[in-house]
Amino acid sequence: MRKFRTYNQVDHDTGSELLEQVLDQRARLSQRLSSVGTIVAIASGKGGVGKSAVTANLAVTLASRGHAVGVVDADLNGPSLARMLGVTGQSLEDGEDGVVPAAGAAGVSVISMELFQEGADAPLRWKEPSSDTFLWQSSMETTALREFLGDVAWGVLDFLLVDVPPGTDKIRRLLELVPNLPVALMVATPSEMSRAVVARSLRMVREAEVPEVGIVANMTEYVCPACGHEEPIFTGNGVERLSSESGVSIWGRIPFDPHLAVSTDRGAPWVLEDPNGPAAQAFDALAERVEGARNPRAERVP
Amino acid sequence: MKFLCIPCDHVMEFVERQLPGDGTLAAVFACGKCQREMALLTNPMETQFVSSMGIKIGGREVPTQPMEVTRTSLEGGSDAAFRPSPSAGSSPGAVEWSPDAVERLQRVPSFVRGMVKRIYTDYAREREIRVLTPEVMDTARSELGLEGM
Repeated sequence: MRKFRTYNQVDHDTGSELLEQVLDQRARLSQRLSSVGTIVAIASGKGGVGKSAVTANLAVTLASRGHAVGVVDADLNGPSLARMLGVTGQSLEDGEDGVVPAAGAAGVSVISMELFQEGADAPLRWKEPSSDTFLWQSSMETTALREFLGDVAWGVLDFLLVDVPPGTDKIRRLLELVPNLPVALMVATPSEMSRAVVARSLRMVREAEVPEVGIVANMTEYVCPACGHEEPIFTGNGVERLSSESGVSIWGRIPFDPHLAVSTDRGAPWVLEDPNGPAAQAFDALAERVEGARNPRAERVP
Repeated sequence: MKFLCIPCDHVMEFVERQLPGDGTLAAVFACGKCQREMALLTNPMETQFVSSMGIKIGGREVPTQPMEVTRTSLEGGSDAAFRPSPSAGSSPGAVEWSPDAVERLQRVPSFVRGMVKRIYTDYAREREIRVLTPEVMDTARSELGLEGM
């Protein structure tokens, strides 16, 4: 067998500049996020647990408490936060320092794939080639998410919430881009099915050594608007079991309120419409807990 | 990715990149000792894979633009997605666009127009060109390899 030098034995630069460009991308992303106080991933692993509604309402709650808040809708295939935060149809300013995010409810800055697409029902499609898309589509979506995080002129933020779509691979994607993710909220409903799926995602963020991880129990009970009586919606105690088995505490319990879904769907988060209601109080308590988990590792650049 | 000229034990260096327009890519590398050249040819899927990472073999002629991959790769991007910055063109050393150049710029889909405008403006500013004309755009496009812009 012939002998010749292998990759790691060759240290001469070829001039292809591939590695340099990747490093430059990372540096730009890091520089951009240096002005963000705390990045909070809001994930689940499971769909249909109300993750995006939790993101929208938590964002406006934090903003109402005096914080500068941004939201990244990382669900590129099923974006919903532009609508939930009332910015559908807004044009984005092509600023010198990057794309200026849309200004949503309570002044929350928003970036979402929905803002770039023609038509509310447009599926996410990338240009040619159409063959073997599975090979490069994931790479394309990772790049788009990197641009959402790094090419947007966020300015100085106290919190940047990232709504992570279902699937443990999507959490991994975010962790690759933000390896020092300081806070992750895992949204679960009390059902046993939710517990089983969310447990996988929870394990992933714990293995990634995310320092602050909390569970948000969503749709825990129905509160009668007339008498205030609370009635559980799901049978079982999946969230408590999830917490005890993982050792991760429950940071918030959000009661089910049909108004919350309706108002959030029309771009007016319910916590602003009924600030004294049970749901708003629950989000306020959650926001207080999130404030207590501010990233100790990152100093915000004024 | 490195290419080694085995007879010379010398790393081949990047020489040029060509985009034939059919989705494929050709990158030429040459041995600095024996001058032998070789071409790396990628099929559309391989080309797209590299492109999807937002990087270019051989380096970039122009700085990375905000949302570059999303703008250039998204199918069905909304024409109303972006609007120009009110402060665009008012900075020191601002470049004036001739009416013909503005008309030509208007033919660029608005989804990528802001990015294209910035590339041409930066090109002119760096060369101290005060008025950007279609001829300057042609020169820039040729020098920067901006086919289709």
